[in-house]
Amino acid sequence: MYAIVAGGGKVGFYLAKELAERGEEVLVIEKDPKRCTYITEELGNVVLNGDAAEASVLAEAGAARADVIAAVTGDDEDNLVICQVAKLRFKAARTIARINNPKNAAVFRLLGIDATVSSTDVILSQLEQELPARSVIPLLRLRHADVEVVEAILPPNAPAIGRPLRELDLPRDCTISVVIRNGQPIFPNGDTRLAAGDEVIALTTPASEPRLRDLLLQPA
Amino acid sequence: MYVIIMGCGRVGARLARLLTEAGHEVLVLDVNSHAFWRLGADFKGRTMVGNGIDQDVLRRAGIERADAFAAVTQGDNRNIMAAQMAKYIFRVPRVVTRIYDPIRQDTYAALGLRAISPTVLGAEAILQALLAEPTQEE
Repeated sequence: MYAIVAGGGKVGFYLAKELAERGEEVLVIEKDPKRCTYITEELGNVVLNGDAAEASVLAEAGAARADVIAAVTGDDEDNLVICQVAKLRFKAARTIARINNPKNAAVFRLLGIDATVSSTDVILSQLEQELPARSVIPLLRLRHADVEVVEAILPPNAPAIGRPLRELDLPRDCTISVVIRNGQPIFPNGDTRLAAGDEVIALTTPASEPRLRDLLLQPA
Repeated sequence: MYVIIMGCGRVGARLARLLTEAGHEVLVLDVNSHAFWRLGADFKGRTMVGNGIDQDVLRRAGIERADAFAAVTQGDNRNIMAAQMAKYIFRVPRVVTRIYDPIRQDTYAALGLRAISPTVLGAEAILQALLAEPTQEE
């Protein structure tokens, strides 16, 4: 695999290091010449000094033959433009952008970026697991399909509690995949009854998520 | 028209004054409150401190009812991102963005963004002036 990493800060550096250690071909594009010297000393000749949002720099980096371009600078707007230029001018196979503002995930998706990663979101979902659940936690969004894997922990007064699953008015494009009860997974069928404290992992379209949330979390 | 201008540099401030003088409702957005001095004490429009690539900030600026949006900060990428949010998320009817880099201007113009490159326009104007016949005094 050939990966271009745009941005040689801490995230870009360790990403490139991990990829190189796995034997993948990697190139870091970094604006700051001093930072480039440091990366070269640590990782060898894997750095290109330049602005990754410039088409000429991406051309020199061989963006057209890259399997993936990961834009991991500290600025959302730079990461967006790097990925878009890579897509539009070089038909990049796959683009991944790091984002700081989690709300930019939807914006980036709409603007053609294949995947986004937000450390803010990752930490937030870790925190939410410690808090009484008031929302379903998105775990994963499947690429190329509008399907999310979400998680919710049932509060004692959730409407879904007590009745068999088949009697619940679940939205059609939504499946409860697994229920974790006392640390044990239960693969549910129509007869399964949910209980307070159950950790429910479900597949749903974004459109059906509010209805699912109401069933799993709203006080009855 | 209700016009939101992102970036209160020389161009943003001048644009804001021209629009208010023409009777338009204007809001100028900048990350730095000091930038608003350029508008002058008698500026008739509104100002707001905030980052225009944050959709919450854009909503607070009233983008959902805006007739036009101009992205004229110093950063090409910031302008490009804000302009695309205005056009594709908030469906603002008129969106114009400044992009210094001619190649990026070209890329985004092809994507349907109304993009103006001062580099291209400036070089062209200076070229024409250089090639023009010298006047008598010169």
